[in-house]
Amino acid sequence: MGNVARIGERVRRTEDRRFLTGAGRYVDDLQLARCTYAYFLRSPHAHARIRSIDTSKAAAAPGVVAVFTGKDVADAKVGGLICGWVVKDKHGEPHKAPGHPAIALDTVRYVGDTVAMVIADTAAQARDAAEQIEVDYEVLPAVIDPAAAVAASAVQVHADVPGNLSYDWELGDKAAVDAAFARAAHITKLDLVNNRLVPNAMEPRAAAAEYDRGTGTYTLYTTSQNPHVTRLVLSAFVLGIPEHKLRVVAPDVGGGFGSKIFIYADETLVLWAAGKTGRAIKWTAERSESFMTDAHGRDHVTHAELALDKDGKFLALKVDTIANMGAYLSTFATAVPTYLYGTLLAGQYTTPAIHCNVRAVFTHTAPVDAYRGAGRPEATYLLETIVSKAAREMNIDPAELRKRNFIAAGAFPYQTPVALTYDSGNYTPILDQAMKLADYAGASERKAAAKAKGKLRGIGISSYIEACGLAPSAVVGSLGAGVGQWESAQLRFNPTGNLQILTGSHSHGQSHETTFAQIVSDKLGIPLDQIEVVHGDTAQVPFGMGSYGSRSLAVGGSAIMKAADKIIAKGKKIAAHLMEAAEADIVFENGAFKVTGTDKNVPLGQAVFSAYVPHNYPLDKLEPGMDENAFYDPSNFTYPSGTQICEVEVDPDTGGVEIVNFVAVDDFGNVVNPMIVEGQVHGGIAQGVGQALLEYTVYDKESGQLLSGSYMDYTMPRADNLPSFNLGYQVTPCPHNPLGVKGCGEAGAIAAPAAVMNAVRDALAQVGAQDRIEMPATPQRVWQAIHAH
Amino acid sequence: MTMSVSMTVNGKTVSGNVEARTLLVQFLREHLGLTGTHVGCDTSQCGACVVHVDGISVKSCTLLAVQAEGAKVTTIEGLAKSAEELHPMQEAFRENHGLQCGFCTPGMVMSAIDLVKRHNYQLDEETVRHGLEGNLCRCTGYHNIVKSIIAGAAAMKAAGV
Repeated sequence: MGNVARIGERVRRTEDRRFLTGAGRYVDDLQLARCTYAYFLRSPHAHARIRSIDTSKAAAAPGVVAVFTGKDVADAKVGGLICGWVVKDKHGEPHKAPGHPAIALDTVRYVGDTVAMVIADTAAQARDAAEQIEVDYEVLPAVIDPAAAVAASAVQVHADVPGNLSYDWELGDKAAVDAAFARAAHITKLDLVNNRLVPNAMEPRAAAAEYDRGTGTYTLYTTSQNPHVTRLVLSAFVLGIPEHKLRVVAPDVGGGFGSKIFIYADETLVLWAAGKTGRAIKWTAERSESFMTDAHGRDHVTHAELALDKDGKFLALKVDTIANMGAYLSTFATAVPTYLYGTLLAGQYTTPAIHCNVRAVFTHTAPVDAYRGAGRPEATYLLETIVSKAAREMNIDPAELRKRNFIAAGAFPYQTPVALTYDSGNYTPILDQAMKLADYAGASERKAAAKAKGKLRGIGISSYIEACGLAPSAVVGSLGAGVGQWESAQLRFNPTGNLQILTGSHSHGQSHETTFAQIVSDKLGIPLDQIEVVHGDTAQVPFGMGSYGSRSLAVGGSAIMKAADKIIAKGKKIAAHLMEAAEADIVFENGAFKVTGTDKNVPLGQAVFSAYVPHNYPLDKLEPGMDENAFYDPSNFTYPSGTQICEVEVDPDTGGVEIVNFVAVDDFGNVVNPMIVEGQVHGGIAQGVGQALLEYTVYDKESGQLLSGSYMDYTMPRADNLPSFNLGYQVTPCPHNPLGVKGCGEAGAIAAPAAVMNAVRDALAQVGAQDRIEMPATPQRVWQAIHAH
Repeated sequence: MTMSVSMTVNGKTVSGNVEARTLLVQFLREHLGLTGTHVGCDTSQCGACVVHVDGISVKSCTLLAVQAEGAKVTTIEGLAKSAEELHPMQEAFRENHGLQCGFCTPGMVMSAIDLVKRHNYQLDEETVRHGLEGNLCRCTGYHNIVKSIIAGAAAMKAAGV
């Protein structure tokens, strides 16, 4: 048997061996019996009326099993796709959520909108047949830009949504903000675009479904971050398949970053059609389909103003944002620019008055929803940009300005003016450590040395706060969420003493199979190789809300710890019986139950065996078996925080930006496996750097064509675009969950855009170009900013 | 039109009848069930499908199956000596946490081995980063992949592979 793992150890991952040997099982790897293949015909137009569709030639093409159009789906009473979070606008009215049919009925509203589904014996036959579908489109004008969508003369995306406005929402005390601005010594104003991103998990979305007519049971294998939520939505709202007759499996999933939270038309149709045709059906997105139809991220246009007193203390912040929802509301789209954005605008600061107004608008583009960080990167980019701009304008060092406004270590729990109560944190030591790691003190010398060789150096700070583990359920419910935000766990011992952890969280790169086993190994003293983590299958795991919002360890891990406590409590009763001792005298240490003050002990494995072979067992008082469930509903969000410092060198001749140093110091509370946490931070930073310097989703403003729809047009961060990262930690444990953990999955992506852009702006300030640059700061844009006169 | 094709994959002779347009990656995945080789894009840029053809790394989505007629192909499934003993590069990825979701990993490992051999086991960070231009990863930020490959190069040299 292997070793017991301890919390805090850099345990190597359990899941690696299968991925490294090609034995991972992703959806497209599955072989279903008598499988057919689906192909979706997609709209080539951003906005068009479908005059007619003729599918007769396609239906007669070789190998074709069925062709379905919007009418077929409507006739079968398939429900539309839903948005699961109802945001109320500033007048208390619910958001406007226009109908979202799985296949367009008479109007297409973005390039990639589904027009027809072809099912054939091979994927190639389905694709070939789709080419023979004749669609007569009446092409209509499109609106692409979110700011243009709110104009009075704008093209309307939905007839029943006047002004393209889903909601006009606000948070905070406007009167207090106005009063503070009236007495400000300095006001910093900022116009900012948060560029639209395509998530680009390396595994494209996929779905495979089959229907068992013997039992009336459907099985859907899908690339999901939350298979139980998928089952719930498809059962209760869309397809009406009873929940107990639908099994949803998310096997190995190749990255998600938010894009695999949502319930899309594709898996809905694959599942429905499997029942309709009686054949297994598989569909895997081509990358160009991923670009067109995965829910995108960000896409905000914002004006903000920060009021400061003469010493640089923040008095008030006001923010006015237009958030692009795309053509339809995706599953959780509405929560992203509201409860995950406006609530984060206090950041690490004591700003006493904040007001945020958000208009969520429809355009003829792909739906926008949560992407790594979801609202919090948008808040952080805005806040940290305006803070650094204020520092520059007031000639105060940006680190010093931040320190003057940090919430003090002794001030927690801290109530912000934007609804959240921060539970813990200590921000100054984090910034100090980051400054030390980045040699902040030497930055001006390096800037001068670079200037001497014709280069522009700059250094940028980004101090972020994140709210992870959306909670508690009663609160999110009052804010419009359609689901609870707890997590479940089951610890199921087998008679021979090994253990399965069934978790409602889902791992698609986050390493749950290692981390979750590690916390149980530590807690129960069981060797790591005697523990298996099971996730992603509604037929095995009791229930779960899945993985997003950096919630897995803080919420899912807490549920596991609660279940482990129940195991220990039951084991004590068994051990007390076996040792003929009082239960109150039993303690659990190093994997064994001991009678206090004696050397008598019962190893956990023996208690487990007794529970399954209860020959000498208190059956009159205790059930046999060792299998415990727990559900954990957190009492608050968790609040990771940190500071990143980026240093760049700009070549004014080419506009190229090179990252010469990147430092991140984070407070994630207690850390279970530093190796895994560092990996999460690295990946997050890479996505943040990608947003700042490389990634840009471009729709043609007239035609609505997606111009950056492949890896030849959309610049993904590659190994030679990035440096190695320099990481550090501070720890203030989360006070309200059993592990004291806060979550680490999104921090890198939240803080990095501002760190990079503040560095770029610091560099460009040497030539007065700091206010002429937006993300992504591509060489072309940087060169133009420098040379614009 | 179907055509017959035969080649050696992971040391075994295989053959099949394929449509002329069948890509090598489709032949490996769909005909041979070797699903460790992945498809992550449709423009030959992500590198998830990299295999070795006659000892050289190739994106198996850029090659028709029939173009590999008679070739010796190695996929990720053919690297480890046994279930217990990983190839030194696989072991280096495990040791350095060079993978998260695992989807790009087979292509990364196959590219890495070729990179090491092309540079005669002498790799620095810049060479590795430049050499990975054809492989995308969205999870790791490449930091630990670069570490893995530098460590893997030394381990391959020591093991004489």
